[in-house]
Amino acid sequence: MTAQPSLVSDEFRLYRRLVAARIRSDWQYRTSFLLLMVSQSLIIVFELVALLFLIELVPQFGGWSRAQVVFLYAMATLPFSIGDVFISEVELLAYRYIRDGDFDVVLLRPTSALLQILALEFELRRAGKLLTPAIALAWSATNLDVDWTVGRIAALAVAVISGTAIYSGLWVIAGSIPFWAVASREATNAMTYGSQFANQYPLHIYPGWIRAIMGWALPLAFVAYVPAISLADAANPLDLPSWMAFTPPAVAVVIGLIARWVWRTGVAHYQSTGS
Amino acid sequence: MTTEQPTGDRPVITVEGLSKTYIVRTRAEGGRNPLRRQRREVDAVSDVSFTIERGEMVGYIGPNGAGKSTTIKMITGILTPSAGRATVLGLTPTAERRHLARRIGVVFGNRSQLWFDLPLRDSFDLLHHLYRTDRHRHDHNVAEFVDRLDLGPLLDTPVRQLSLGQRMRGEVTAALLHDPALVVLDEPTIGLDVVSKYAVREFLREVNAERGTTVLLTTHDLDDIEQLCPRMMIIDHGRVLLDGPVADFKAEHGTERTVVVDLIEAGDPLEVAATTVVRVEGPRQWLRFDRRATTAAEVIAGVTALAPVRDLAIEEPDIEELIHRLYQERGAGR
Repeated sequence: MTAQPSLVSDEFRLYRRLVAARIRSDWQYRTSFLLLMVSQSLIIVFELVALLFLIELVPQFGGWSRAQVVFLYAMATLPFSIGDVFISEVELLAYRYIRDGDFDVVLLRPTSALLQILALEFELRRAGKLLTPAIALAWSATNLDVDWTVGRIAALAVAVISGTAIYSGLWVIAGSIPFWAVASREATNAMTYGSQFANQYPLHIYPGWIRAIMGWALPLAFVAYVPAISLADAANPLDLPSWMAFTPPAVAVVIGLIARWVWRTGVAHYQSTGS
Repeated sequence: MTTEQPTGDRPVITVEGLSKTYIVRTRAEGGRNPLRRQRREVDAVSDVSFTIERGEMVGYIGPNGAGKSTTIKMITGILTPSAGRATVLGLTPTAERRHLARRIGVVFGNRSQLWFDLPLRDSFDLLHHLYRTDRHRHDHNVAEFVDRLDLGPLLDTPVRQLSLGQRMRGEVTAALLHDPALVVLDEPTIGLDVVSKYAVREFLREVNAERGTTVLLTTHDLDDIEQLCPRMMIIDHGRVLLDGPVADFKAEHGTERTVVVDLIEAGDPLEVAATTVVRVEGPRQWLRFDRRATTAAEVIAGVTALAPVRDLAIEEPDIEELIHRLYQERGAGR
């Protein structure tokens, strides 16, 4: 039994089993599980109302039509919400795993520590957060003045996947902070939830320094703004070159590699400090 | 598939000059600036070397903060040594952590690797998938361990409802399901009732004897050592004070004996050659001697020559006392 190759499909199957175990565990506390579901649904209702206001009250926004603004909102929020469902669990690293020492137990198992944390802490109730951006996407897509050709739909899918990967990478990077400093969860949240808020509006409405930090350094512009310009055929006051529409997958790969490096360095640092 | 063995006759664990230094930051004392912090290096483990052969059962003991857990974390790949090296089953622990994880079992007395809200059975099943063990072998092991540790009635109980002793039996099972060649236990009997303690010990003894599984355990409970481990290593302040058979330790350090005599009448401390009276309580006196200087028979003869005796007993120091004395002796020399 030497080094069995661990196939991606095996890892995925293991992930599913661990997630299923997590959901069965949650179901042990049915009442609180259901109450949380209800409260989450209320939040979703509020979000939907906010979305309606957005559609109603903001006809033009920095030269973008109402449908284009809502489309941008959807493009920014859908990847973020997917990340929130599947990746944001990494925040618990500091909160529980390192502080309580359970990270040791995770390290003693023959599979990825990150995969274990994401699966063991999976929160089904967050899945409801996907509803609002999905509705926003459907509404705006049908109200945009563009042809939804197969090519455009494929480009939309690539943009959503790339955006999800960019957010996931940022989440892992932010979630790795506690390897060096047992930071509060707020520090991580500021980097993820905070930046998400700004990303919901067209980049060109912000002053230059915010554009530089939020849009290009973090680089959230590639999640929604860059792909939305071409997909929604929107005004381009920043004069971004048209080839930039193809860059989000590359940015996603770079962020993914950085996240992997940060995570691995973090684990190595944990192993050398024993915090 | 049987328990995996290290190739050839290589030791299961080789540790050479292993050290771990933590950097602790504290507020500088007496400093004017409250934000200024002092860096202080703390040697949790310094220059520890030992070898453990296949099939050995070794007790690793020492007071709190002596460096036991740090050593174990370095052996299992959780921590990288600051200096020196460890080789476990031919692997370098931190560099080859996941490979090693498949071949070792670890129990931390104060942590759980079971799914708290799920029945015990589910945890075992999840571990089968995590370790990708052979299904038949897994079922066979579960059946055997459940039978030996009497876990049958508990399999469908959520772990959170188990008593500490029941849970620990589950933890030990969980650590052994993937047929590890080495099992490391950090305080496995801490807080357990007598029955569970006995069950865990008995089980480890059987696994060691029948499967050839190498066992390394840390403990505060010296009964664990006396019952289980032919060999013990004593560590204090990050250094190994002693490494050898328990019997040798007792023979070498336990040369003191005490004769307890109940005299007919209370009197002055008896003066018998080569003994010291260490305690007097009414008619009862405690006479300590070194068995290399005299014999119990001579001491008893000496006592009966001085005063009439109602009853007597000979006491050996227990291992706990011997170790306590060892800490004091070595501690004084540092």
